[in-house]
Amino acid sequence: MDLLNQIFIEPFILIADIPDLFVQTIWEGFVAGILYALIALGFVLIFKASGVFNFAQGIMVVFAALALVSLHTKFGVPAWLALLMAIALMGVLAIGIEKIVLRPLVGQPDAILLMATIGLTLFLQGAGETIFGGEPQSMITEELGLPTGSTDVEMLGGRVIFQHIDVAAIVIAGLMVGGLAVFFSKTRIGRALRAVADDHQAALSVGISLNQIWVIVWFAAGIVALVTGIMWGARSDVSFALEVIALKALAVLILGGFTSIPGAIVGGLIIGIGEKVFEVYWGGIFGGGVEAWFAYVLALIFLLFRPQGLFGEKIIERV
Amino acid sequence: MRLKTLILGVAATAMTVASTVNLAQSEELYVPSLSYRTGPFAGGGIPFANGFADYLNMLNERDGGIGGVKVKVEECETGYNAQKGVECYEATKAKGALVYNPLSTGITLQLIPKAPVDQIPVLSMGYGLSAAAIGETFPWTFTYPTSYWSQMSSILKYIDANGGLKGKKIGFIYLESGYGKEPIPLLEQLGPKLGFDFVTFPVAGKDMQNQGSQWLNVRKERPDWMIMWGWGAMNATAVKEAAKIRFPLDRFIGNWWAGAHADLDPVGAAGKGYLAANFSGIGTDFPALQDVKKLIVDAGKSQVDPDKIGDVLYNRGLFNAVIVAEAIATAQKKTGKKVITGADMRVGLENFVLDQARLTALGLPNFTGDVKGSCKDHEGAGAVFIQQWDGKDWKQKSELIAPMTDIVGPLLQAAADKYTSDKPEWKGQTCG
Repeated sequence: MDLLNQIFIEPFILIADIPDLFVQTIWEGFVAGILYALIALGFVLIFKASGVFNFAQGIMVVFAALALVSLHTKFGVPAWLALLMAIALMGVLAIGIEKIVLRPLVGQPDAILLMATIGLTLFLQGAGETIFGGEPQSMITEELGLPTGSTDVEMLGGRVIFQHIDVAAIVIAGLMVGGLAVFFSKTRIGRALRAVADDHQAALSVGISLNQIWVIVWFAAGIVALVTGIMWGARSDVSFALEVIALKALAVLILGGFTSIPGAIVGGLIIGIGEKVFEVYWGGIFGGGVEAWFAYVLALIFLLFRPQGLFGEKIIERV
Repeated sequence: MRLKTLILGVAATAMTVASTVNLAQSEELYVPSLSYRTGPFAGGGIPFANGFADYLNMLNERDGGIGGVKVKVEECETGYNAQKGVECYEATKAKGALVYNPLSTGITLQLIPKAPVDQIPVLSMGYGLSAAAIGETFPWTFTYPTSYWSQMSSILKYIDANGGLKGKKIGFIYLESGYGKEPIPLLEQLGPKLGFDFVTFPVAGKDMQNQGSQWLNVRKERPDWMIMWGWGAMNATAVKEAAKIRFPLDRFIGNWWAGAHADLDPVGAAGKGYLAANFSGIGTDFPALQDVKKLIVDAGKSQVDPDKIGDVLYNRGLFNAVIVAEAIATAQKKTGKKVITGADMRVGLENFVLDQARLTALGLPNFTGDVKGSCKDHEGAGAVFIQQWDGKDWKQKSELIAPMTDIVGPLLQAAADKYTSDKPEWKGQTCG
């Protein structure tokens, strides 16, 4: 009886009692969802082009953000130049990955490519710690012209706090998703990428350069990683602990589908808002800390009933 | 014939070289350092490891070692991972290790049963299993200068002195690990006794930088005070989130692993007012630290960034090395041996005394409170002080606060008894 009360009565009484907390919870979940979606976007780009789950996306977030911060703080490079140099570094990384890792593995099973991305993760961890050091660093938020501070809005008999950096994250993520959507649907390279995603051999037969496409996709994923690192770094700091947050993107991808950009956004929002609301209003039933597993349980349920995700393509393999 | 001579010659040379190496090994004091300079917790591990190594290396340079014998510090990377920590232990114990400083509660819990078997003591300086403070139950484990439970009681005393504990709600945010959960049994027992309620907010390791939910819950629960048992990237994020929801930071107290420069530098002015416990001096204004700077750092023999000497965790690592060095010196006096063993080191640790006169002689006046161990007391009943972040640096806020020994002591004894209750083969010791 007490359990039923905790499930069906108390949460709704709490929402009615402190409605501003509910609005704040939804807002925090929305922001977290957008940030999860940003990470998931990097995975989607590479999965679309090469059919491989890029295990290295998390460490790419850390590597890109550390490069940006270190260029500015350790080497005195002006913030905007450091940003451009970090983008260029991700370009060089993309070329290196294509030439050294992907090209020799063309035609190999997907599992081999997955293992290669795990190797890439270990390489970037080691390189990152050697070049930038293992200590956490502050994101250069103000130097990049990003907003800081917050605005308190009185509503529903209470107060809802909006962090300016969160608003900026939503705007930037929106622009990035819009830009990528246009890029994939309206440009020649974007259409070529979709062709590669559908069938490598067929794409090659009509003259599309697989190598060029892979470089572009990995570069795009690198830029997404940099933006993700800036936004997550501004909320806490830039450290190697950020890498593990990327694991949550796996659940986002299962929900949204591995090949869908809108799916990444919707999946991110479902998990972001869902885990915050569940933690605040139903977490007490489990002793708290449900955010740690909520996303994965939700993903498991989706796998049982809709394995291709909300927006993913149903894969039928004939044997 | 020639081949036989050649083989015999090579074998003889190899044996000579091996015996020379063994001789060299036996004429040094070997101290393994289970450090972590990589991974999510490297921000705390790096300065600690630097302070630890630099002090012992300074003794080698300045005094020719301890009692005329050089100290060899060898680092083994654990990544703050218990399994890797045990691998480091197994890889180094045969080299004549005198003592293990696991720098992780998870690793400490793994090493406690191994210590009596291998006869190498474990020094978990202010961390690890709180019950290990009971020397009669844990002859091979030491927690100088205090334990998590004693520290928690000092923090509660600070709260009591600043508005009272009775009728208050205390929020406890912690890293969901052996370390973070360690003081919860104490809070469960002290709550009814001292008249406060407490509510917990666990933070999973992979969500250290994603604490939005926990702080929404803090807003929901509205605790009067928050206490944090955090580590690594969790700390900076927690302080930022607390500031974000307008929680008063002068009512938010971290333990001694949640109050370093590495934690608050990334937060900056937004963290102004945040409090944390500490038991080691801040800054470089100590003669011993000046010696470290001159003989080790300026001479290019350290991995530390010169600007970070004197930071909280650097000095904490240095203090860990001071305890090790003083215990070695005590063991040398007690046994009459210059080159000691792990068993001798245990004697040194059990007779450990560090008072203000000795601290001054070491070049560390008022660096910490008095610490005195014994056969029964492996904790030293050391006090902690509260420090406050002023937006740029840590400043000492309170005097040393002694733990509630009268309350915590029996609880520690009960926890020690519980630890051994299902271990019939466990061997304690009887103290006179």
